[in-house]
Amino acid sequence: MSKQEQHWEKSRGLLFMTLAIWFVFSIGIFLFGAEMNEVTGPFGYPLTYWFTCQGSLGAFVILIFWFANRQEKIDEEFGFSERGDD
Amino acid sequence: MKGNFIDNLPKVYGIYTGGFLAFIIIMSIAEQMGMTAKTIGICFVAFTVAIYAIIGYLSRTAQADAYYVAGRQVPTVFNGMATAADWMSGASFVAMAGGIYFKGYGYMALLVGWTGGYVLVASLLAPYLRKFGCYTVPDFIGTRYGGNLSRFLAVVVLTVASFTYVTAQINATGTIASVALDIDFKYAVYVGLVSILLCSMLGGMRGVTWTQVAQYIVLIIAYLLPVFWISNKMGAGFFPHFMLADEVSRIAELEAQFGFVKNSAENLKEVPKGLAGITKAHSAVNATPWAFISLALAMMMGTASLPHVMMRYFTTPSVKAARKSVGWSLFFIFLLYSSAPMLATLSKLSLIDPTLPTGIIGKSISEVQAIDWYQNWNQANLMFVSDFNGNGTLELNEFFMGGKAVVLATPEIAGLPYVISGLVAAGGMAAAMSTADGLILAIANAISHDVYYKIIDPKAETAKRLVVARVLLVVIGFAGATIAAMEIQGILGSVIWAFDFAMSGLFFPLVLGVWWKRANREGAIAGMALGLISGAGYLIWVRNGGSGFLGITQLTFGIFGSAVSLVAMVVVSLMTSAPNAATQKMVDEVRVPSGKSILGKQH
Repeated sequence: MSKQEQHWEKSRGLLFMTLAIWFVFSIGIFLFGAEMNEVTGPFGYPLTYWFTCQGSLGAFVILIFWFANRQEKIDEEFGFSERGDD
Repeated sequence: MKGNFIDNLPKVYGIYTGGFLAFIIIMSIAEQMGMTAKTIGICFVAFTVAIYAIIGYLSRTAQADAYYVAGRQVPTVFNGMATAADWMSGASFVAMAGGIYFKGYGYMALLVGWTGGYVLVASLLAPYLRKFGCYTVPDFIGTRYGGNLSRFLAVVVLTVASFTYVTAQINATGTIASVALDIDFKYAVYVGLVSILLCSMLGGMRGVTWTQVAQYIVLIIAYLLPVFWISNKMGAGFFPHFMLADEVSRIAELEAQFGFVKNSAENLKEVPKGLAGITKAHSAVNATPWAFISLALAMMMGTASLPHVMMRYFTTPSVKAARKSVGWSLFFIFLLYSSAPMLATLSKLSLIDPTLPTGIIGKSISEVQAIDWYQNWNQANLMFVSDFNGNGTLELNEFFMGGKAVVLATPEIAGLPYVISGLVAAGGMAAAMSTADGLILAIANAISHDVYYKIIDPKAETAKRLVVARVLLVVIGFAGATIAAMEIQGILGSVIWAFDFAMSGLFFPLVLGVWWKRANREGAIAGMALGLISGAGYLIWVRNGGSGFLGITQLTFGIFGSAVSLVAMVVVSLMTSAPNAATQKMVDEVRVPSGKSILGKQH
């Protein structure tokens, strides 16, 4: 397998992992919204309610930065990283 | 100042923020000294709009890559702020807290959808489109799939979605300008339009970028300052986001105590149009899982297909920067979105809790009608009470409010000085202007670059192309303002439709263009055309009394449209021949971040 194919395979693996986490916070939780809302979540808010106004939103922010860093590592590993900037 | 503009950005915007805070302080001193509420409102809107116009003028340019993609040198954090302003529209600013106030949990699917979509943007699209080096979204479709028809269809989808969206934004600038400057809405719409064009005409994307950063700073201060102030004033908590659990459970307690009494149709006829009462639980789950998830999913896929957001990531210096920039965008959006439910909670509790001095439920109707702020907002057609059951006391089901009132009136109800209301007007104006600018520019650029330059006259010189782009900007702006002046539909409804249109026609052609090498021109054409037609058809059918299926409503018709688009694209692609070797090689190159972009710097 060429370097480029290996790079793409790893990138695709990262994509699936990212989308799996995304699925949990954007869809998975809300399949059980009513049941989970009975539980007290962070700061004392009902749990599902907390996810809709802070939890899921914050998770997305962290997820994107995590994804960006992981992808950068993959690019560096195969020497596809761009120089400088930010 | 020494050094170039980009290196000095933190300093420039630092001084700008300090200047704006100083302006707020000067205004509050002026209020103490007797300046009228109206003058304060005019000062706030006029001062901020003048600053955006100056930035727009200073960013003028005659170069194609500066006009279309801001020279591709916008640093990640600043591009994040610009995207956040681009993204958060007048609807997010003025109407979102109101929606949460009335509909609670079910409405908050929009919060999840409008943030979760950025994960799709970051992982599926933005970095690859940045590597591609395109000026516009149809530029990608046209080059990846080849042929004028695919490029043209992408322009059509983009125009339908963005135009639906932009009329709502011009409408919002008009509403705020008419209130703050006290002129007729019909004229205020054009005042709003001129302000919008001042930012984008001379500098294109470069002008829009630097005004959007300035607008973000104004709108976030204007949103957060009142939320923190009200929370502290009510004694609800120093940092509302972490401290409102008691207030949330108190609302649930009051809801149980009052109950949701259903009003008869006859009684509801009395209520002015556009006002609503509280009919849904605040924090309890009040929607089925599918209703919640389908709305969130439609908004997420729509986010990843809306061209005015995607093109912001064409302006970063590198692919790496594009990825990070998506993270910053969402962080800046998160600051406002996570505050909206807090504002809704504070606003609701201060109105319905009889034990609070501001609470009106349980008071006698005549007492409520004598309150100053009630009279003001009743006159502005945003509040209404009526004694349906004739017992003389105001019940929960007898109090009605407009969605905008939550943001606009809560500061006054909580007893904050008028300077805050002026600030909120400036913030709403900034939010609506920045989104309108991004959208008008997206449409004008797509038509000038993709239709005029790429299809009609590929030999046109840069100067001529930029003249065409600017003329289109003005024409599209006026068309939008004219439709906005007719006030056909509400702000929020048309915003949601825009997402559905975009996802119906563009989501799969964009995503599969990067992630599926086998996708070809015929497939993309079928995907765009059938997706848009079936989505629009479903909307028309449901609007005209159709029953719909699978619980897909007129707010989520994009789910149907994009499903048709996916099936059509895959089936047609597989039935026709695979893309040629050059195209396949191009896709391979897009997937590697380093190296030259596919399209040249000037194209």
